[in-house]
Amino acid sequence: MGMEKTTSKKILTFGLVLLLLVVAAGAPLYAPVYTVILLTSILMYMIIAVSWALFSGPTGYISLASAAFFGAGIYTAAIVGKALPLPLMIGAGALVSACLALLVGALTLRLKGIYFVMFTFGLVELLLHFILWWEVTMSGTTGRVVPPAGNATVFYAMLIILAILVLTVFMIRRSRYGLALSSIGENEEAAAHAGVHVTALKIIVYAVSALFMGAAGAAMATRWTYIDPRIAFNPLVSFVPVLMAIFGGIRPLYGPIIGAAIFTYLEEFLITRFPYYYMLIFGIFMVVAILYMPDGLVGLTQRVWKKMSRRNHADT
Amino acid sequence: MSRPLHRRNSTYTKGHPFAGASAPVVMGSHMMVTILDIVISGLLLGGIYAVTAVGLSLQYGVARVLNIAHGEFIMLGAFITYSLYTRLGIDPLICFAICGPVVFAVGFVLYRTLFTRLRNTSPTPGAFEGNSMLACFGLLFIIQNVAILIWGADMKGYTYLAFSVDFWGARFAANRLVTLGFAIAICLVFYLFLANTRLGKAIRAAAQDPDTAGLMGVRIHRVLALCFGFGALMAGLGGALISISYQIQPTMGLEYTMIALIVIVLGGLGSIPGSFVGGLVLGLVGSIVTHIEPGLSLVAYYVIFMLLLLIKPTGILGK
Repeated sequence: MGMEKTTSKKILTFGLVLLLLVVAAGAPLYAPVYTVILLTSILMYMIIAVSWALFSGPTGYISLASAAFFGAGIYTAAIVGKALPLPLMIGAGALVSACLALLVGALTLRLKGIYFVMFTFGLVELLLHFILWWEVTMSGTTGRVVPPAGNATVFYAMLIILAILVLTVFMIRRSRYGLALSSIGENEEAAAHAGVHVTALKIIVYAVSALFMGAAGAAMATRWTYIDPRIAFNPLVSFVPVLMAIFGGIRPLYGPIIGAAIFTYLEEFLITRFPYYYMLIFGIFMVVAILYMPDGLVGLTQRVWKKMSRRNHADT
Repeated sequence: MSRPLHRRNSTYTKGHPFAGASAPVVMGSHMMVTILDIVISGLLLGGIYAVTAVGLSLQYGVARVLNIAHGEFIMLGAFITYSLYTRLGIDPLICFAICGPVVFAVGFVLYRTLFTRLRNTSPTPGAFEGNSMLACFGLLFIIQNVAILIWGADMKGYTYLAFSVDFWGARFAANRLVTLGFAIAICLVFYLFLANTRLGKAIRAAAQDPDTAGLMGVRIHRVLALCFGFGALMAGLGGALISISYQIQPTMGLEYTMIALIVIVLGGLGSIPGSFVGGLVLGLVGSIVTHIEPGLSLVAYYVIFMLLLLIKPTGILGK
C-alpha cells in the first residue's frame, strides 16, 4: 500500500509542478506588467535560495558569498553586455561566477564552521571595495549601463534558469552524489573514510550553486540597466536568501522556493504599504522566524500535522 | 579645523568614515615627521578598533554569539552621545556614564530573552552559532531602522575639543588624542576587571568551558548574558569615542562590525589581549595604506583578513 501511495503522490506532485509552471509561464500574456516584474523578483530570490540550499543545506557549511556570485554575474553582464546576445551574456555571467566559486572553494578547503562563514562574507566585501576602488581610480566611472531587455524576456530567462536549477538539484539529490553530500554534513571525516571524495565534491557542488547565482545576476542586470558596485555586491543578497531558505525549510527542495515566494511578496507588500517601517518589520519577522520556526515552514506544518493525526488516533 | 579634514576622499568612500581620516596636518615634510604621523594616526584608529573588537571578542569568544549587529550597538552609543551633547549640552566624556549602562542593559536583556531561548532550542552548539548569527542580522535591521526613525538617515557630527596639539613637530586634534587615551584606558580597566575580580574569573571560566564552569558553581546563563552585555557596553563606549572625532550615520554599523570581526580574527578568536593588539595593528596597517593609496585601506583589511583565515586562522595571539 505504501508503494502505491508514494507513486500516486509523486505523480500528483509532478502534475502540480507542471501546472504551476504552465500557469507561471503564461503570466506575461495575461498578467499586468507589475505582476510580471514582481514574479521576476520572486524567481530571482528562488534561484538564489535554492542554489544556496543546494550546497549549504546538506553540507551544513553556511556560505555568505551569494552576493559575490550574484554580483559577479551582474558585473560580467555589464562588461560584455554590449558585445554579446542575451543567452551568451547569461552564460558568461554563470561561467565567471562558477570560476570564482572554484577558486574560493579551492582556497577554503580547510576552513570549517564560523571561519568559513567569515571568509565567504569577507569575499563579498573585498570584491565590493576592490571594484569600487578600481572603477573610480582605473576606469573613472562609478556605474555602468547594461543594455536593457524587455520585462517578459527577463522573466522567461529567470524561469528557464529556475527550471534547469530545480532539475539539476533534483538529479543531484537522487544520485549517489546527493547522498555523499549529506554524509559530509553528518560527519565529514567518516564520509572521507567511507570513500567519498570530500574535497572535490564540495568544490564542484559549490561551483554549480554559484553557476546559477551568476546566471540569475546576469539576467537581472538587464532589467536594472544601471548598476554600480554597491548595487551589484549588496550584502543583503547574501543574507536574505539564507533566511528565505530557513524560513521555508532547508531540507526539502520546495522549502526554499516557498520561503522565497513568501518573503519576496512580504517585502513588496511592506515596501508599498509601510515604506518607512518596512525594514523594521522585516527585521522583526526575521527574528521571529528564527526563534519560533527552526525547521522552517515545512517543519512547522509537519509538526502541526503530526500533532493533529496523533489526536485523531487517540480519539478513535 | 578637524571636520573638513575627515571628509576628504569622501567621493568613493561614502560608507567608510575612516578612509582618509587619518591624515593629520603635517608641519614639516621631514621624513621622521611623516613616519610619526602615520604611526600616531594608526594608533588613533587602532584604539577605536581595539575597544569595539574587545566587545565583539567577548560576545563571540564567551557567549558564542557572532554578533553581526555589533556595529549597531556602536552606532547607538554614538547617537546617544550625539543627542546628549547637542540637545542637553552634556560633555561627551560624561556621556560615557550614561550611554554605557543604557547599551549594556539592551545587550543584557537581549541575551536573557532572545539568545537564551535560541540556546535552549538549538540542538547543537554549531546550530546555535548559525541561528544566533541570523537572529543578529534581524536585530541589525531592527536597531538600524529604529535609529533612522529617531535620528534620520543623514550624516551627523559635532565639534568637541577641536583644537590642535603639537607632537614633536606633527599636529593632532586634541579630540583624537583624548579618544586614544580613553580607548586605551577602557581596554586596560576591562582587562584588570577580567583578571582580578570574581566575576572576571567566572567569565574566563565560562570562556574555557561553559558546561564545566556551570558545574563549578558559575551561574552560567547569567554570566553569558553579562558577557553579551559587556560586549554591547564596549561597543557603546567605542561608538561614543567615534562620535567625538568622526561623522556618524545610522547605517555606519556594518562597516565597523566587519572591522571588529577582522580584528578579532587577527588577534585570535576569544583572546581579549589579542583583540587589543589586533586593533592597534590593523589601525597601523590602515594608516600606512591610507598614506599610500587612500581608497585601498578597506581592501587591505579584507586581504589581510582572508590571508589570515587561510594561513593562520588562530590569529597572532591565539592558541
